[in-house]
Amino acid sequence: MNATTSTRTRGALGSSALRPDGIPKVQGRFAFSSDAWADSMLWGATLRSPHPHARIVSIDVSGALSINGVSAVITAKDVPGQLTYGLIASDQPVFASEVVRYAGEPVAAVAADHPETARRALDAIRVDYEVLPPLVDAEDAISGSFPAIHPDGNVIRRQRIIRGDQSFMGDVVVEGYYDVGMQDQAFLGLEAALALPDDAGGGVELFVATQWLHEDQKQIAACLGLPIEKVRLTLGGVGGAFGGREDISLQVHCCLLALTTGRPIKMQYGREESFFGHIHRHPARIFMRHHADRDGTLRRVEARVVLDGGAYASTSSAVLINAVTHMQGPYKCEMATVDGYAVRSNNPPCGAMRGFGVVQACFAHESQMDKLAAACGLDPVDIRLKNAMRTGDRLITGQVMDSVAPVERCIRETAALPLPEPLPADPDPLLIPGGAGLTARRGNITRGIGWGVSIKNLMYSEGFDDYATARCRLANGVATLQFATAEVGQGFVVLAQQIARTVLGVDTVLLEPISTAIGSAGSTSASRQTWMSGGAVDGACRLVRERLFEHVAATHHVDPLRLVIDGMDVVDSMGTLRVTVAEASHGLTFDETFEHHHRATEELDENGQGNCHVAFAFVAHRAVVDVDTELGLVKVVQVATAQDVGRVLNPLAALGQVEGGIAQGLGLAVMEEIVLENGRMRNPSFTDYLLPTALDAPDVVVSMIEEPEPQAPLGAKGIGEPPCISVTPAIVAAIRQATGKELPRVPVRPHDIVFG
Amino acid sequence: MSNEMYRLTVNGIEHEVKDAWAGESLLYVLRERLGLPGTKGACEQGECGSCTVVMDGEAVCSCLVMAATAVDADITTVEGLSLDGEPTDVQQSFVEAGGVQCGFCTPGLIVAVHHLLDRNPNPDELAIKEAISGNICRCTGYGRIFAAVELARDQRRAMQAK
Repeated sequence: MNATTSTRTRGALGSSALRPDGIPKVQGRFAFSSDAWADSMLWGATLRSPHPHARIVSIDVSGALSINGVSAVITAKDVPGQLTYGLIASDQPVFASEVVRYAGEPVAAVAADHPETARRALDAIRVDYEVLPPLVDAEDAISGSFPAIHPDGNVIRRQRIIRGDQSFMGDVVVEGYYDVGMQDQAFLGLEAALALPDDAGGGVELFVATQWLHEDQKQIAACLGLPIEKVRLTLGGVGGAFGGREDISLQVHCCLLALTTGRPIKMQYGREESFFGHIHRHPARIFMRHHADRDGTLRRVEARVVLDGGAYASTSSAVLINAVTHMQGPYKCEMATVDGYAVRSNNPPCGAMRGFGVVQACFAHESQMDKLAAACGLDPVDIRLKNAMRTGDRLITGQVMDSVAPVERCIRETAALPLPEPLPADPDPLLIPGGAGLTARRGNITRGIGWGVSIKNLMYSEGFDDYATARCRLANGVATLQFATAEVGQGFVVLAQQIARTVLGVDTVLLEPISTAIGSAGSTSASRQTWMSGGAVDGACRLVRERLFEHVAATHHVDPLRLVIDGMDVVDSMGTLRVTVAEASHGLTFDETFEHHHRATEELDENGQGNCHVAFAFVAHRAVVDVDTELGLVKVVQVATAQDVGRVLNPLAALGQVEGGIAQGLGLAVMEEIVLENGRMRNPSFTDYLLPTALDAPDVVVSMIEEPEPQAPLGAKGIGEPPCISVTPAIVAAIRQATGKELPRVPVRPHDIVFG
Repeated sequence: MSNEMYRLTVNGIEHEVKDAWAGESLLYVLRERLGLPGTKGACEQGECGSCTVVMDGEAVCSCLVMAATAVDADITTVEGLSLDGEPTDVQQSFVEAGGVQCGFCTPGLIVAVHHLLDRNPNPDELAIKEAISGNICRCTGYGRIFAAVELARDQRRAMQAK
């Protein structure tokens, strides 16, 4: 054996390669956007409306400008370019001018020498409001009973799905209303950015935590009235995202203050401002009626879906499409009547959050499946197995399911995972509902088990070409990758290295800063970056490998098609040639860029028919809960899950996505909700908006189902969203089993259990 | 702003804090005046633990401590856990066990776990959960963090046994 074969690439695809940002993060050396700092920088701060709906009569900034240390105060009249921005519709003002449409809407911004000076300056701005009645009930937006609160009207989008016999009645019919509360992404790293004006004042450089640099760049440049190349973005370290960084928050304000003052501007939100500064998960009210044969075969679903989009459109129209097209769940169903609305209101704006419309749909359809099971005399597992969707089935949109669809296997493998031990007679108080509060009594605790199964689309839909770009350079056996893919915590940085090591047989893979210096990678959302940016990195590395093989072939007079990578060597598969990649690339540079595009999709027609989605992933969840039925307290004991992942590329990272998603779904099930009162948030803080802690975390048992997806460049499906989708209905089903209560809304609150 | 000056002892080094507003939190002064941005802020209410530092042997939320009141205290931040630049056992365990995703809660957790293992070298699962229940992580669901703490605990135990 040749001596060089002993050097194998470490950290290739399939291994739990360690993330390159791990050590800097544990040592506190990793630079988050909130850590950015520049000489002579000023602090920016935002003045926000206290009213959900009001006319702005006047704004007087003179008091703020007279404060020592205040360099600038800007309002709508200082916006040099487009006055509005938005991801799909440009309907959200940079600063409110005539009207404010939600409590927390930006009205002005200041730059000052200290955060405290900036806060005083905000207090000194006088805004005279004429308070208007707020539109807070989505049904008022639909009925037209409330005057339009925005020039674009009160209905952001309506979409129906009409398929099959519209008068079909099943032998068994079950129905119900289901409500989902407003959830917050609650990423730990608050919104923050540093804007540096160009020396000549003609442009700006922004270090920012975001999910999609190029989309931000486009919207910022339009509002600043600058050509796109004058606005350059570099990703500041991102402390989580979960959809909450898709929209513009402080980007335009920060850049505009920098251009106005000619000084670097740092802006960062506090936690309360963060609740006002980013969009949330849509609260939903869903009516569903399921029609089935007597044996439990699902025949027709009817649904009416209402999503409250709040004051501005954000991604509401796409969230709606996800909700309505997933109403059947992961089940075969030939007939459907779905009517969906995304509406505008004077509530806080809603948009993307992990699961993107499917979370709401899944809570309704899974609650219905349990009702159907009960009506047919089946158990929750059998009703789901009986109706499990398969590859080749047609969806209610008419689209053929051509993804790998191991729904039945997800359910069976979840069912095969071990159940937890029964609660002991004398458990540690930390393990029972209510935990350290020592309030629950053992005798009042009942255990329940519940199920949830889900389907989730991957990538963007409805004709959108959300491509990704990557560049690979190979020189002297070292690969360097460049991409604009936002690393938000998910670990794309390690996946990219794994891909390069695998394709090129190298050990050292360097990463260029993540910035707009290269083409777009699309958004880090929709479970899409492993597939899309992974495909782009894979493509760029393969192009480089082709060039390398051509060079080796020419040097050694062999056919390049016979060359392969083996470990860290280029090897002639039909001969004796073996040369290390480092030697083969010595003194040379191969440099290639690749764009990965997924297949084209279509818009839905007026009946909701069309091939609107790219691909799908599936997951099953089984939850075990202990409930103190007297106090309404819940402890989620265990969640078992089998997830359709295509292929596991990094076992440790995949497990982290699954466990993390389950915790967020648990949050929605039993604790997390932004409580609104007449358009105002009552709990914009971590004291009052409850998040799962280490003591709330259930045991999680996981089975990864690996059936490689032929469409996917690496065989792997996105795994980020499915974990948080059906775990919520599974937990609620378990609480229902323990209590016998109907519990038609999430989060389930103590009084729902006690009095519901 | 004032012209007064006070001193803080952080990671064994005495720092002068000049011309500071007296209302500044220890978190702000560490990050913005002393060049120690490893400690993170995420809630300003002592709920999330991102800003955990050790002050005279107690783990505290630095967002709730007025810096000017910490003049006589020994303060240790994440930057001070290892003075030679090499990761500590706990830091290495977090990386190896997959306890780091976005990493924003990580510095506070690292300080909290060091504090736990220094007081109780042999915590069981429940003691670990209780000790870090004041540190919110939004990414991991805590599973890999528990694994990281157990790894660090077991490695220390193995070292002791030698």
